[in-house]
Amino acid sequence: MENSALSIVVLVKYVPDTQFDRHLTGDNHRIDRNESILSELDEYALEAALAITDARGGAKAGNRVTALTLGPAAAAAAVKKSLQIGATEGVHITDDALAGSDASATSLALAAAIKTLGPVDLVITGMASTDGETSIIPAQLSARLGLPQLTFASSLEVEGNIVTVRRDGDDFSEEIQADLPALVSVTDQANEPRYPNFKGIIAAKKKKVDTLSLADLGLAPDAVGHEGSLTQVDAAAERPARTAGTIITDSGEAGIALVDFLAAQKLI
Amino acid sequence: MRAIVVFIDQVDVPGKLHPTSHQLLTLARAAGEPVAVVAGPVSPELAADLGAYGVTRVLHSEQPELADYLVAPKADLVAQAAAAVSAAAVLVDNGPQGKEIAARVGVALNAGVITDAVAVDSDAGTLVVHKSVLAGSYTVAARASSAVVVISVKSHSVEAALAAEATAPAVESVEVAFAPSSLGARVVQRTPRAASGRPELEDARIVVAGGRGVDGDFGPVEELADVLGAAVGASRAATDAGWIAHNAQVGQTGKKVAPQLYISVGISGAIQQKAGMQTSKVIVAVNKDSESPIFEIADFGIVGDLFKVLPQAVEEIKRRRA
Repeated sequence: MENSALSIVVLVKYVPDTQFDRHLTGDNHRIDRNESILSELDEYALEAALAITDARGGAKAGNRVTALTLGPAAAAAAVKKSLQIGATEGVHITDDALAGSDASATSLALAAAIKTLGPVDLVITGMASTDGETSIIPAQLSARLGLPQLTFASSLEVEGNIVTVRRDGDDFSEEIQADLPALVSVTDQANEPRYPNFKGIIAAKKKKVDTLSLADLGLAPDAVGHEGSLTQVDAAAERPARTAGTIITDSGEAGIALVDFLAAQKLI
Repeated sequence: MRAIVVFIDQVDVPGKLHPTSHQLLTLARAAGEPVAVVAGPVSPELAADLGAYGVTRVLHSEQPELADYLVAPKADLVAQAAAAVSAAAVLVDNGPQGKEIAARVGVALNAGVITDAVAVDSDAGTLVVHKSVLAGSYTVAARASSAVVVISVKSHSVEAALAAEATAPAVESVEVAFAPSSLGARVVQRTPRAASGRPELEDARIVVAGGRGVDGDFGPVEELADVLGAAVGASRAATDAGWIAHNAQVGQTGKKVAPQLYISVGISGAIQQKAGMQTSKVIVAVNKDSESPIFEIADFGIVGDLFKVLPQAVEEIKRRRA
């Protein structure tokens, strides 16, 4: 099969900036989403999608890269940034009843949304979100959509109708292959994400963003959110900040001082 | 007593049980009746090892699909075996594959999934999972409201302990009905990675990690690691520079470690790095820049040249042992 135009969905998440202190808030210990941005790890997923579609003639040749997010109104910023970088369109799932969704409820809503988008050749995600960090959404989404799962890809190629990835584990490096449609998650080794340029920022203003509610997805409010989640957080405690200990400047004997310290701590 | 399933992989790494498996079996025994679900063969030695940890029942499959396709067939095995024994909980390791099996078993059994557990205890029969979130800045206690809970457990969350009395587990072969979509991601090539002979990062009691400051030469870091029996880690700057394999990376996008001792060498300690190591028990830092943020979290810090400090420490350790 030749390299025909593709429709790729990229998951993008609006997460608290990891450069600042992050907090849990409220009775249900949810993440405080002030100071949020597009998850850094999702930029690798977007870059992977754009590189594949660029090689096939980009949007002009009918390729589509849809940035899909789930989150409150402010999460639209993650879609906007993705459109500026080069996604061709955006979808924002937003509904008050989604608040407090765990990974399982989140993957349920994402799967339902992807099913509304018509034929999709590839779903590409980052290796994890930088806030939840569970890495389980890609596998759950693949199971819910019945798509082959090619996860933790450190490289990714699509040739004709076949996607090939490399997955580097501790024991093995594996080459994994599947026919499209498929789901791929990429690591931060997969590529060098591009930045939005002026042209992209202007072009993004004209791109279409659809907003989907739970009703649009055919999901009941109690299937997601706090009620629809299968896990709950009972308690949270902020870890006491580490404080600096003894700092010395080497005047020729610091290696011995280091061994003295380890011995005093019974570490050697 | 309720069944607690522990997943054991004998496809990717056949032979002995991994230390993490011993830990998971110990946890399972505390929570109920440990049932081992094994992908791959069960040798008499393996059965005896499982029995030593109190396993009463072993369900296993040697179907070729388990090795020929990525992750999904193993998740089908675990989900179907867990349903067959009416498991109350499924425990898996916290590596990429373990987490993905947990994720898929959660969907198959409509079960809550909790990853990155550092401790599991019981509150009136309900398993309570403790984990660190937001890069170690909080610890939370979580539970599932579903009939079954799936937990991926980090190494060293519990100390492995043999059962008071060894059992002779019944070993049953099961025939997994794989979902067609589970047989989509074909493993076309598998290249073993060379073993370093050092402990694995996530299992090590001591980690010595190098960053930009080693300037391409991991020799001093490796020598210190070897006299301490430590694993070697690295910052993203060092792995991106190609000075050491990417799987040595500690940090937000690498391994998250919490050893007894973390020796940070030539690493500034930016957030990307701290996210992977700040829950270590003791942190030692060696860096020539006294302004490095790593010194804000180090229990013992040396402002100095790592190429002088590390060899001197290595000689001193050898001298004291001689």
